[in-house]
Amino acid sequence: MEKLKTIKLIIFLSTITLLAFSVSSASAAQSQPKQKNIILATTTSTQDTGLLDILIPLFEEKTGYFVKTIAVGSGQAMAMGQKGEADVLLVHSPDAEKKFIADGFGINRRLVMHNDFIIVGPSADQAKIKDTNLAVEAFKKIAETSALFMSRGDNSGTHSQEKKLWKAAGVNPEGQKWYQQTGLGMGQTLNVAAEKKGYTLADSGTYLAMKKNLGMDILVEGDAALLNIYHVIEVNADKWPKANAKGARAFADFMVSAKTQTIIKKFGVDKYGSPLFFPDAGKTLEELGK
Amino acid sequence: MELILEGIKKAFELIVSLDPEVLGITLLSLQVSGLATFISLVLGVSAGTVVALANFRGRKFVISLINTGMGLPPVVVGLFVTIMIWRNGPFGFLEILYTPLAIIIAQAIIATPIIMGISLAAIQQLPENLRLQILSLGATRLQMVWVLIKEARLPLLAAVMAGFGGVISEVGASIMVGGNIKGYSRVLTTATVMETGKGNFDVAIALGIILLLLAFMVNLVLTQIQQRQRPR
Amino acid sequence: MKVENIIKIENLLVQRGDVTVLNISELTVERGKIFALIGPNGAGKSSLLLTMAGLLKPWQGQLYFQDMLINSHVDRMMLRRNAAVVFQEPLLLSCSVHENIALGLKFRKGKKDEIKKRVGESLDYFGIAQLEKRSAKSLSGGEARRVSLARAFALKPQLILLDEPFNSLDPPTREAVIDDLQRILKETKITAVMALHDREETLRLAQDVAFMDSGKIVQSGTTAKIFNQPADEFIANFVGTESVLEGTVKNNANGLMEISINSKVIEAVGNSSAGQKVFCCVRPENVTVSKDTQGKISARNVFEAKVQKIVRQGFFYKLVLDCGFSLTAYITQPSCEDLQLEEGASIITSFKATAVHVMRREK
Repeated sequence: MEKLKTIKLIIFLSTITLLAFSVSSASAAQSQPKQKNIILATTTSTQDTGLLDILIPLFEEKTGYFVKTIAVGSGQAMAMGQKGEADVLLVHSPDAEKKFIADGFGINRRLVMHNDFIIVGPSADQAKIKDTNLAVEAFKKIAETSALFMSRGDNSGTHSQEKKLWKAAGVNPEGQKWYQQTGLGMGQTLNVAAEKKGYTLADSGTYLAMKKNLGMDILVEGDAALLNIYHVIEVNADKWPKANAKGARAFADFMVSAKTQTIIKKFGVDKYGSPLFFPDAGKTLEELGK
Repeated sequence: MELILEGIKKAFELIVSLDPEVLGITLLSLQVSGLATFISLVLGVSAGTVVALANFRGRKFVISLINTGMGLPPVVVGLFVTIMIWRNGPFGFLEILYTPLAIIIAQAIIATPIIMGISLAAIQQLPENLRLQILSLGATRLQMVWVLIKEARLPLLAAVMAGFGGVISEVGASIMVGGNIKGYSRVLTTATVMETGKGNFDVAIALGIILLLLAFMVNLVLTQIQQRQRPR
Repeated sequence: MKVENIIKIENLLVQRGDVTVLNISELTVERGKIFALIGPNGAGKSSLLLTMAGLLKPWQGQLYFQDMLINSHVDRMMLRRNAAVVFQEPLLLSCSVHENIALGLKFRKGKKDEIKKRVGESLDYFGIAQLEKRSAKSLSGGEARRVSLARAFALKPQLILLDEPFNSLDPPTREAVIDDLQRILKETKITAVMALHDREETLRLAQDVAFMDSGKIVQSGTTAKIFNQPADEFIANFVGTESVLEGTVKNNANGLMEISINSKVIEAVGNSSAGQKVFCCVRPENVTVSKDTQGKISARNVFEAKVQKIVRQGFFYKLVLDCGFSLTAYITQPSCEDLQLEEGASIITSFKATAVHVMRREK
């Protein structure tokens, strides 16, 4: 009896130690760079489309860095950058980004890629926005008909773009019954909009990736006001000495490198029929969309 | 309804094909929650037993703190742990934010009061003189505590199962402090949230089913230990 | 040569929390004796047992075990290993009877065979060998009690301390357990200190008795002394002298007193002086009852009495008589029938002067 007890105890203790070791070794992915962890704060759209699932492993293998991808909205990503809790940002909220750089929190803002925002909604299209090709017009119509509109409501790049459009349309949707804010990521907001048969503003990448299950149609696209531009920004190490400046630089360089840009160009074509993103590294803003 | 059936089908496929990503996520869930429960078990049972047996000023206050701790909102725990271990926090130098270790810490903080509270009640409900009786038989204090713990094994194992159940199903804190990083800190619950957000409902349901199966199997083992009958 | 006194206590003060539970100026327990602690609930009997077991730490005073002063944690640990305690509840663990009995031996790191042997012996002592493999939780009250006793005796202690060990046992089981305990104590000559609250048990088992109240020892001595010469009314009531009469000494001639009680006068031996207010205690066993005074009665106290109440008490009757004062007598059933006693009947009652125990009365 005593022996059996001891054996059980040994098995139990070794299981625990094994658990502990395997978990700690997962945190100890050792390689060449001295400060090997990079915290990348990015948007849900880049994660939900699966683009980063392709790119990150490539980067890690090439450089030996370990990238912690934290997918939150652009707003939260920049807030993290402001606090020095992230090393590099991949975001798509141009106005906020400019302020971020101006305030000295970020450096080396470089254009990476773009896709389009689209206005999607139920095929019934009660606000009849399909006929217009202009985003601002469409927004006006939605407000006039009090059609249900789902907003991200989370200070993300998409949300910022949406707010810009409302402003241009001269509409203040805050507090109106037809205007609902989910506070969730793009994928989830699309789900909610589909469920409730409402309109929403989405990036084409996420929409394409989810199109199958949604049952929503693209109602307005192609308007210049709907360009969705992604930049990579390195967090300013002068403000935050603890930030991994070298790693951030390496990642940013990687994102604009020719090889990566090619991968971005091809991403999603076989699965969805059209690319989800358009590579733009090195171009100026004027050249976009042409 | 078909969505659920699709989910079950998907779960079956993922399990049988031993899909490496799902396997990794499942294993990590087990490791993280298992270790967190173990830590909480050690801390919770010893602290709960001490409070149950000792007499000190403010004991009632401490007990009400422990009982409140049992209902700690996990997301609040997650928030506090994040603030503690991020770069600007007092423990930022450890660089453990967005690691499985951080999840273990958060989950241990969530489970420990649960196990502590139940252990406290379990030991308190033993006959009052039992402690003295065991001491009178010549036990050292440590031996006495060990005998009491064995005697209360029924409710104590319930405590372990409550603690484990609480953390294997936890998602808010796990996302916050773990970061849901693919292949690294992604566990079943955080993956389920993400797949739901992406609209991959079949995968989400499948992960949910796997989580339930995992929890069931662990509790099966623990229940066996708890209900083991002595000779009649 | 073995030490005569197992336990000696001097000026002992023991506290539990903020309350002083024991305040004992002197107490001695002799080796091989059975010592009873009696007294009302809360008197401190349990606390005294725990102190003797080394489970309560004295705040002041000296506790000696076999002439060795106990005043450190190490000493108390040693005391615990030499004394065994049996509580009011059996306090068995939820495992087999064998494991329960072996528990104390395991703490002492005994060898497996040695433990097995001792457990077997102990089981045989109490006649419960057939229960060895049973789960302790499935036992009846009497069986559980026997197991807790067996557990204590398996340790072969120098001193065994029992706290109301026969509580909550049905009468036949009680009898059997008392018999077993008495036999084993006689055979093993282990010193025992028991807290009891039943006078029958005390009379039967104990050689020495201490009466406790509010943490103090009010009276101690042999059983006979306490029972026949209780030091105050409280003890007298407790040990159950039924007739406690209030009176005043009229005169005292060479130790023979005349005491007036109500309108009557009784004779008793003692040395209280005239005018002293006293209690007179007469045990019911010492009161006789007869139809008339035919045939000489040697007792000095003879009264006419009326039977007020007849109460059946097992094999005899208790009679409450009014002879100018209230008197209780015991009479056997046959005698009761012979005398054709019924309530209201007139009889003659008598008791000896030597059977009257006189105590000073304050009021």
